[in-house]
Amino acid sequence: MAHASTYKPRSGFARWLDSRLPIMRLAHDSFVDFPTPKNLNYWWTFGGILSVCLVILIFSGVALSMHYTPHADFAFASVEHIMRDVNYGWLLRYMHANSSSMFFLAVYIHMLRGLYYGSYKEPREVLWILGVMLFILMIASAFLGYVLPWGQMSFWAATVITNLFGVIPFIGDEVLAWLWGGFGVDGPTLNRFYSLHYLLAFLIAGVVVLHIWALHVPGNNNPKGIDVKGPQDTIPFHPYYTVKDGFALGVFLIVLALLIFYAPNILGHPDNYIPADPLTTPEHIVPEWYFLPFYAILRAVPDILFIPAKTAGVIAMLLAIFTLFLLPWLDSSKVRSARYRPLFKQFFWIFVIACVALGWAGSQSPEGMALLVARISTLYYFAFFWVIMPLLGVIETPKSVPDSISKPVLGSGSAAASGTSG
Amino acid sequence: MITQTKRYPPRWSVLTIGVAMGLALAAWAPVRAADEATEALSPSARDWSFSGPLGVFDRAALQRGYQLYREVCSACHSLEFIAFRNLADPGGPEFSEEAVKALAAEHSVQDGPDEFGEMFDRPGRLSDYLPSPYLNNNEARAANGGSLPPDLSVIIKARTNGPNYLYALLTGYEDPPADFELADMMNYNPYFSGRQIAMAPQLFEGIVEYSDGTEASVAQMAKDLVQFLTWTAEPKLEERKALAMPVLIYMLILTILLYASYKRIWRDVDHN
Amino acid sequence: MAEAHVEEDQSPDTDRRDFLYIATTAVAGIGAAISLWPFIDQMNPTANVQALATTEVDLSPIETGQTIKVVWQGKPVYVRHRTQEQIKAAQSAPVDDLPDPETDADRVQQDQWLIVVGICTHLGCIPVSDPDNLRGEFGGWFCPCHGSHYDDSGRIRKGPAPDNLAVPPYQFIDDNKILIG
Repeated sequence: MAHASTYKPRSGFARWLDSRLPIMRLAHDSFVDFPTPKNLNYWWTFGGILSVCLVILIFSGVALSMHYTPHADFAFASVEHIMRDVNYGWLLRYMHANSSSMFFLAVYIHMLRGLYYGSYKEPREVLWILGVMLFILMIASAFLGYVLPWGQMSFWAATVITNLFGVIPFIGDEVLAWLWGGFGVDGPTLNRFYSLHYLLAFLIAGVVVLHIWALHVPGNNNPKGIDVKGPQDTIPFHPYYTVKDGFALGVFLIVLALLIFYAPNILGHPDNYIPADPLTTPEHIVPEWYFLPFYAILRAVPDILFIPAKTAGVIAMLLAIFTLFLLPWLDSSKVRSARYRPLFKQFFWIFVIACVALGWAGSQSPEGMALLVARISTLYYFAFFWVIMPLLGVIETPKSVPDSISKPVLGSGSAAASGTSG
Repeated sequence: MITQTKRYPPRWSVLTIGVAMGLALAAWAPVRAADEATEALSPSARDWSFSGPLGVFDRAALQRGYQLYREVCSACHSLEFIAFRNLADPGGPEFSEEAVKALAAEHSVQDGPDEFGEMFDRPGRLSDYLPSPYLNNNEARAANGGSLPPDLSVIIKARTNGPNYLYALLTGYEDPPADFELADMMNYNPYFSGRQIAMAPQLFEGIVEYSDGTEASVAQMAKDLVQFLTWTAEPKLEERKALAMPVLIYMLILTILLYASYKRIWRDVDHN
Repeated sequence: MAEAHVEEDQSPDTDRRDFLYIATTAVAGIGAAISLWPFIDQMNPTANVQALATTEVDLSPIETGQTIKVVWQGKPVYVRHRTQEQIKAAQSAPVDDLPDPETDADRVQQDQWLIVVGICTHLGCIPVSDPDNLRGEFGGWFCPCHGSHYDDSGRIRKGPAPDNLAVPPYQFIDDNKILIG
């Protein structure tokens, strides 16, 4: 939470800088002497992990962009040039691709943490909304980036997704031509996707700054979901959480390294090693794994009344993300953490299963069992946010929430309590 | 009521997640039984010297594989991302530079335009890329009954389970079952999607005479070709796996140090 | 109680603690520094660029007195088939008086073939020798940008350029072919 600055410039230069641009003070107050709840568990390390992932993606991306050619006739070959001729090019390429996957793995865990512990609730609504905006920017950036190698999946994913814009009434075709820069996905599309991919990376970095700023105003949530009552509940971010985040990052980077060095193509699709061919459609057009749940929702929806399935699917997919913006107001419970919400906890875990099921369904052809699973899971997804969460606030009897984060110095450790969200 | 301090998330929910993910992964895995007459068979898994964390190429196999490509496959298939100089690179067939210069000079490469504006042919150099058998895809199709023989540079990565698939495909040609409708000019191969492929079987016993004297059985040639094409797809494979070990050892040491530091720094903090 | 605390500060436990943190920081720092290398090295010339480090030139179509311009590593290189007069003039120049003293013999492998990089050593313009009357006062090349004059050995004679035109590494593959680079 906003607290009095404890920064003391130690040298003449430090004092001179502090009076002109207090950047060292800002860094100290935000990341050194920042009072952080002492009971954070490992689910809280993913914010730091995400930041490091972003840095890796930007560094490797800038390096790759020195060798990549965003022209339809040369893009695929330029990626092979990177893999073969550029010093450590293979490392940079595999690093960039696999860090993207790990970026999404981390963000899903990070979001689920927020969902479970009520980090989206008052007073952190804007923090949550900035987070959803970051998620959307990530989706866009990953989609654009995947088109760049100009393989079969690049081309056909671009075709499928851009074609969705055609469902916009009246101006759909004009919007499509505007997006494509032509009559279909082609050279102009590739070139502008490259420009936007580069731009979005830095937009993400900018919104991350806002996201951290919005966090630092109220301060971190914690597993108990109760407010910090005083200095007995907190410890300085450095060295306690720098070292803990460092350790978690070490484990994360080992997983990333195992992917890069031993299984660099396992999360990708072989068809993307076939150069794009506008005249041949792959047998199964599949997006990268992190998009599969949305892909499942897109294809799960049948014709509804007068709305054709394609349009309904697009609406459902967009609604699935838009719903996240409204989460702080859909959840009516006054209790933040699922630790003390026995009913919510169970629905939460079923929600997680539904997301995994949607992911599986997205990898399959939308028929038979896969379609059934996709439909049930989609229904549960929306029911979870629009029906269950509003209801639970009213009907659920939470367990008693502890009084404070740290045990009191005197007296017994608990008291019956009700409201905790301030 | 006393607040519980159990470990979160509770065990049963983790178990449910685990089961769900296990089911998802199992369903995800490319296990396909050939329950339809036209569905491709799954290739059987073979041991390859380049597999695994310590995998390396079989140098001799790479050289034989190149010879095979040159004498058999290059009639129809290009290898556009391989330059002659790559044949001398570390981690590949590692022919000597003189041998590769001579090899390159045996090929005719188009250059130009000259001072009269015309293209001309000249002997290949180290810096040249392997010439394609056809001028462009249209000529390739015209020469192959409408089918396009794909470039082979990254074919191993462009097919699921590439090395095993390619071996099965090359050695898997057989007579079609009596009730199978084989289209005109097509060949039956149970490992190819749809079970009919435009490419006729190419590997026959003794079709090449290996310069190192190895017996050119169909199985041997298929293995050598898989090695060679895995190298063309992943010329940095050996470099990558060699770098993996020191990186992972370093990461392990650093993570252990970080864990020890974490434990020590947090020792006196009551954080549960 | 307070005494025990003071003693704790001086116990070996403190040293071990500090060493652990120093070791961790050092290991992390070294790793971070080493991992920068691929990002730096990727800017170095790539393998395909390095393969094009040489240019072959066929000398047979170059008549006596004629100069051609070829490209080597993206730079212009002049190949001049010198006449006997030009060779004599180049060999008889007063070497010690030159701004950049160098004998003609040190600059050619075969007298009739002069091969120099066509980049003025002043500020990088391309000196010219076409048409013949625009070669400057010493019969070699003239740089139109700031008026440097080069002779028939490519040596600077007059003007702001400090050095003679560079002679690239080359070798005769046979009597009629050279390989530059």
